[in-house]
Amino acid sequence: MTNPAPIAEPQQMPRLEAAAVPALSIDGVSHSYGPRRALVNVCFNVQPASFTALLGLNGAGKSTLFSLITRLFGIQSGRIGIFGHDISRTPGEALRLLGVVFQPRTLDLDLSLTQNLLYHAALHGISRREAAARSAELLARIGLTERAGSKVRDLSGGQMRRLEIARALLHRPRLLLLDEPTVGLDVKARADIISHVRQLVTEQGIGVLWATHLFDEIMSGDDLVVLHQGKVLAQGPMSRVISEAGAQDVNTAFMRLTGAQAMPGGGA
Amino acid sequence: MSSITTRDVPRGFSASEYMTCLTGIVWREGLRFLHQRERFVSALVRPLVWLFIFAAGFRQVLGISIIPPYETYILYEVFIAPGLMAMIQLFNGMQSSLSMVYDREMGNMRTLLVSPLPRGFLLFCKLLAGTAVSLLQVYAFLIIAWFWDITPPPIGYLTVLPALILSGLMLGSLGMLISSGIKQLENFAGVMNFVIFPMFFASSALYPLWRVQEGSPYLYYVCQANPFTHAVELIRFALYGQISWISLAVVGVCTIVFMIAAIYAYDPSRGLARRGPAGGEG
Repeated sequence: MTNPAPIAEPQQMPRLEAAAVPALSIDGVSHSYGPRRALVNVCFNVQPASFTALLGLNGAGKSTLFSLITRLFGIQSGRIGIFGHDISRTPGEALRLLGVVFQPRTLDLDLSLTQNLLYHAALHGISRREAAARSAELLARIGLTERAGSKVRDLSGGQMRRLEIARALLHRPRLLLLDEPTVGLDVKARADIISHVRQLVTEQGIGVLWATHLFDEIMSGDDLVVLHQGKVLAQGPMSRVISEAGAQDVNTAFMRLTGAQAMPGGGA
Repeated sequence: MSSITTRDVPRGFSASEYMTCLTGIVWREGLRFLHQRERFVSALVRPLVWLFIFAAGFRQVLGISIIPPYETYILYEVFIAPGLMAMIQLFNGMQSSLSMVYDREMGNMRTLLVSPLPRGFLLFCKLLAGTAVSLLQVYAFLIIAWFWDITPPPIGYLTVLPALILSGLMLGSLGMLISSGIKQLENFAGVMNFVIFPMFFASSALYPLWRVQEGSPYLYYVCQANPFTHAVELIRFALYGQISWISLAVVGVCTIVFMIAAIYAYDPSRGLARRGPAGGEG
């Protein structure tokens, strides 16, 4: 049973109602690997139709958080909800609304683009015919229609990422998680992916959580969550985070908050 | 909660969604198998080497008396054929689990596990897919073996199918259980030495157990306790249109136990969660 109508056009959803339930709510989440505490009482929300940047250095706990949201690890303490569905208690409902682009590539390199998409659709119980139609539509949107039958192995890094984003959208999620999706891409490919994802936010009302350590990927209208050594140091609209840190830009604000050194490639 | 949560998300999953998911996973596993032609070839060459070379050499050394399900004196090749069929499944089961370790390292496993369908069902699909691949290998072996005078009754090719599915599931879930405990690919070589070889040699695959008993009563008990022995016997009898009830019971129970343990081990709040992050954490 597919249910395309309401999820297909989330932009028609009244904003007020949407704002009532966060797309993603992280509530008092802590996680340890043995004695090492990777996350300490993390709390923040991602609203529908918003772009939230999860900013942190490598090792800040971003990937642990992603693993918890996607149920790769069990939650040790706290609560995670996706549009109000607790991922521990009703994982099926929660995961239906979630699309993920993981940091490592997760495509089958020896299968074709279409085959990769069809496999993902099957995992969400989307019938073959519907899946074929959606795949064709998404491949057209990312400009890879002509490559539909070629092996993923033959794609460039940027094309693979675009395909992974298309795949994450196949089941029409309302929340999209991306874990450092532009790592290893060239300038053009990075810009393409960022603008594509921002379009999803404005045109389709998808809530986006974008983990990154690159300041130049953040824009003034974004929400910001600064994660450092497993703790949330600041959160809110970007301008507020900057002003509360008494800084002029994100880079300085981040350094003041974390006491970190200037980051190479920081840019902003 | 607010109305949007209940309005948009159907609760639970329909039968057709389960079916779509199952066929999708089997289809993908089949595609991957066809792409790895060397895997298919090596899956076939391994038992054929045993059949063509080992069995030919051993034929004169080991006399086989008439034991059920055989009704006449048989060639040694005929005796070890079921053992080799089970060996194909044993290797396939371990190889599928190897691919799960690989998938986990490479991240493909994540794609599977973020599916909204229940995780136990996803892993069961994965097991069925691995078993389906092993069936392709076994029947290809049977076709070649037919030209080598291993000619069970025609009905045997049909009656062996359920036995192969059950033994495939048992060996696959054993592999999955082991894979959940392996952190890295490198550890898998140890599994080959400590699981595959002992299971294969301490079984009725290569020699009838009464001969083992003559040689060493202790080894006989080990062989009796080895689930692989019962997989071999289940296949052996089924290939001749008969049922070995004890073997069926042992294989059935082992399948259930291994499968539940494997699904438990892959539960996010238990198995995988106990270990650190799969990749680099950051």
